[in-house]
Amino acid sequence: MLRPWRVGLVAFVLIGISAHATDDRNPFVGDAKAAKAGEYQFRINCALCHGLGARGGGRGPDLTRAQKKHTHSDAEMFQVISNGIPGTAMPANGTNGQGVGMTDEEIWQIITYIRSQEVKAPAKPVGNAEHGKNLFYGDANCSLCHMVEGKGGRVGPDLTGVAGSRTRAAIIDSVRNPSRRLAWGLTEATKEFPQEYESVTVVLAEGKEVKGVTLNEDSFSVQIMDTSEQIHLLEKDKLRSFQKTRQSTMPVYGADLLSDKDLDDIVAYLTSVGAK
Amino acid sequence: MTGPGAGKAEMGVYRGYPEASRRRWRRGWKSGALAPRLEALPCAGLNPQGLKAVTLPIRDAALKGPLFHVAANVVVTANIAHGAVRGATTGQDVAKIRGFLKAKGILAAWLMVAAFASCAQAQVTFERLVNSAKEPQNWMTYSGDYSGKRFSTLDQINAKNAHTMVAKWVYQTAATGKLETSPLVVDGILYATAQDNRAFALDARTGRPIWMYQRQLPSDIRPCCGRVNRGLAILGDKVFLGTLDAHVVALDSKTGNVVWDVVAADYRTGHSFTVAPLAVKNLIVIGISGGEYGVRGFIDAYDAETGQRKWRFYTVPARGEPGNDSWEGDSWKTGGAPAWNTGTYDPITNQIFWPTGNPAPSNRGAGRAGDNLYSNSLLALNADTGKMNWYFQFTKHDQHDWDATQVPVMIDVKTPDAKTSDAAGKHLIAQADRNGFFYVLDRSTGKLLSATAYGKTTWSDTRDGEGRPIANQNASPTLEGHTVCPGALGTTNFMAPTYDPQTGLFYVTARDQCDIFSTAPQPYEAGHAFYGSAYFPSEEAEPYRGFLKAIDPATGQIKWKFEHTSPTWSGVLSTAGGLVFSGDAEGNFIAFEAASGKPLWHFQMGGAVYAAPMAFAVDGKEYVAMAAGSAIYAFGLP
Repeated sequence: MLRPWRVGLVAFVLIGISAHATDDRNPFVGDAKAAKAGEYQFRINCALCHGLGARGGGRGPDLTRAQKKHTHSDAEMFQVISNGIPGTAMPANGTNGQGVGMTDEEIWQIITYIRSQEVKAPAKPVGNAEHGKNLFYGDANCSLCHMVEGKGGRVGPDLTGVAGSRTRAAIIDSVRNPSRRLAWGLTEATKEFPQEYESVTVVLAEGKEVKGVTLNEDSFSVQIMDTSEQIHLLEKDKLRSFQKTRQSTMPVYGADLLSDKDLDDIVAYLTSVGAK
Repeated sequence: MTGPGAGKAEMGVYRGYPEASRRRWRRGWKSGALAPRLEALPCAGLNPQGLKAVTLPIRDAALKGPLFHVAANVVVTANIAHGAVRGATTGQDVAKIRGFLKAKGILAAWLMVAAFASCAQAQVTFERLVNSAKEPQNWMTYSGDYSGKRFSTLDQINAKNAHTMVAKWVYQTAATGKLETSPLVVDGILYATAQDNRAFALDARTGRPIWMYQRQLPSDIRPCCGRVNRGLAILGDKVFLGTLDAHVVALDSKTGNVVWDVVAADYRTGHSFTVAPLAVKNLIVIGISGGEYGVRGFIDAYDAETGQRKWRFYTVPARGEPGNDSWEGDSWKTGGAPAWNTGTYDPITNQIFWPTGNPAPSNRGAGRAGDNLYSNSLLALNADTGKMNWYFQFTKHDQHDWDATQVPVMIDVKTPDAKTSDAAGKHLIAQADRNGFFYVLDRSTGKLLSATAYGKTTWSDTRDGEGRPIANQNASPTLEGHTVCPGALGTTNFMAPTYDPQTGLFYVTARDQCDIFSTAPQPYEAGHAFYGSAYFPSEEAEPYRGFLKAIDPATGQIKWKFEHTSPTWSGVLSTAGGLVFSGDAEGNFIAFEAASGKPLWHFQMGGAVYAAPMAFAVDGKEYVAMAAGSAIYAFGLP
């Protein structure tokens, strides 16, 4: 049996250890060896959503951007990894069904790895966000289909948070090559299910043709929004024809339609919104 | 290990009635003024013994006298008042009852009332399990019978009337996460499980609960892939549950009370149970989970009466045992090879067929050079001793997490292949493996007869001398990642397949998905995840596709396939009504024409499917049950 003073000593030591372990200071800042260990931990614990190399994946945002939506300091990142982000798919450490989770040391290694992968934000931001906003709601016609902060169309994905989950390069690619991966992995607040905005053309029983994007679908029914934002609720076996393609409804914006500079401005606008 | 009777304090939790009504019930009992509310318990269509009897709806918790315990656990017949007790009572019990009846006329009257309800609930004996075909109204093992076919001979619901099916009842479990249960039904009572080791008994006609049990789990359990459970075993008057903290628990099938509770392994080192146990003879056979934590896998058998462990087969041989040399150095000590899906049993040869899972760490072969026996294998074990008769390893030295933990289905068909002997053609065991190949073995020897791809595979272009697909050199995971098909979730996974002897087809849920497999060194740390890196969805890959496929085991050819909107985790049931039932990730429960794959009926259950359907009958009416979201549904004809 432990004597009381020993209990006190043990408690003191334990408190000391735990206080040290949950210190809000990263003990491995700039440590290349810790970053390597962190890379392995990242692959095991994070890459399923955040992708190999932390460049963004099916569900989680690109973490190589220096400016992050939910975290700035290492300590904030530690809190996010430990506790998750309520209302998002980001789970608290140890609650993703994979047992007891990472140790504090492993979390710090991961943070060190993420820092080592960060592409430093350019000193001067690329693009003119104000001009980009004008283009988005004006000449570039983006807002005919896309919404940002409650303003715009509904036929395409809401882009309010797109900069939080896609790299600048990925956003540019989506504009230049909209069909390459549709809305794969894009997170929208009101969609629990994956919506890829595949293009559909259906011919109704009475012969009328409807073109639009899928809102949701199962083997027997499909919910479609047509280009005038009407929702059609259809039973597949009652349709004359049902055709779905991964050719995006969005036009390809080549350099002739939208210059590199103007595109930079639009991305700057989306980034300025997404980072809020 | 705790002995029989341990865990008595952990009573079944009964939430079937509002608290007030339960109190009234108890008060009535004590005063003797109120006759107990007699729940007319459901009865099976078949009643082999012709008994007119009913179990007494008595809660141990409410009744303290010794007689009540006796009465609550025996079959009481109409003859009881006259002193002739049939069923599983002992002479001593009879004497007690007689004595009590003389003393308490009121109870005698009550028993008389009970006696006239028409229902038989005999003990579930091993003989009944062996002869389960004689009672098609019941579903007494995980797969419906010992052969693993998940085939029901009921045909009231059939291809002609399936389009008229309706939901009969829904039972909400209140569990969150993946509901993987496959219910049992015995004599009108449905027994099932839900997440966090809930177990419950329902009136199979109405879905009304009879008892509920939920285990108090430690906060630091280590389930690999969700706090799931796939079902119970039943034997005698008990149901058996494997728990996430690696205990095996026997519950009184009439009350949900814990009869015994034994520790199989330390959950802190990553051991857990998710599997439905299998009752064989007087044994409860169960396999451990924990391949993601570097456990050393095993299959256990416990005495159903006492909970005493009768044998353990380690799926990774120890130093000095045959097969240990298939592991580099000490890697066998953390070699994985868990056994987390329910096997099958051949009463004629007294062999248990049980499949095993991935070697650990799952995505890193460095450090465990060799075949890594008996990971990703099918084992044939002597049911009495647990001694291995033969093994067949599907994936040697697996580095893709392709557990071979699929239900091995015993099928007896004649193969048209002239080279195959008649005897071999008659006693087969088939497994649609996670690695993308459909294997047919001779179940008396374990010899491979055929292996045919039934989904998208890129990992194997060659065969060994036995005809087994062998991994290509470039299929191994790399540091930077390497795309391989199938992906880590496999062409199929734990979802139960079915074999329909009428169509001669094997139906299985399949997925076409490729993943990027990467690897990285990871030291073993007890109780911590031990993957040796991981896998990722390939964002350049085509969208994942999911199917229900009908495979002809004689040729390995796919006779038909139905493409789901997206891949599903649903198990499959076939019935003599010419139907195949399965679910989808969008929440539909679907009846297909078994011969063609044409969908005949569907119902939107409002939650994704991870469970397996089963069929039963009560009062001569056929039902099909399926879990989705957090609920269990029963469907039938209008």
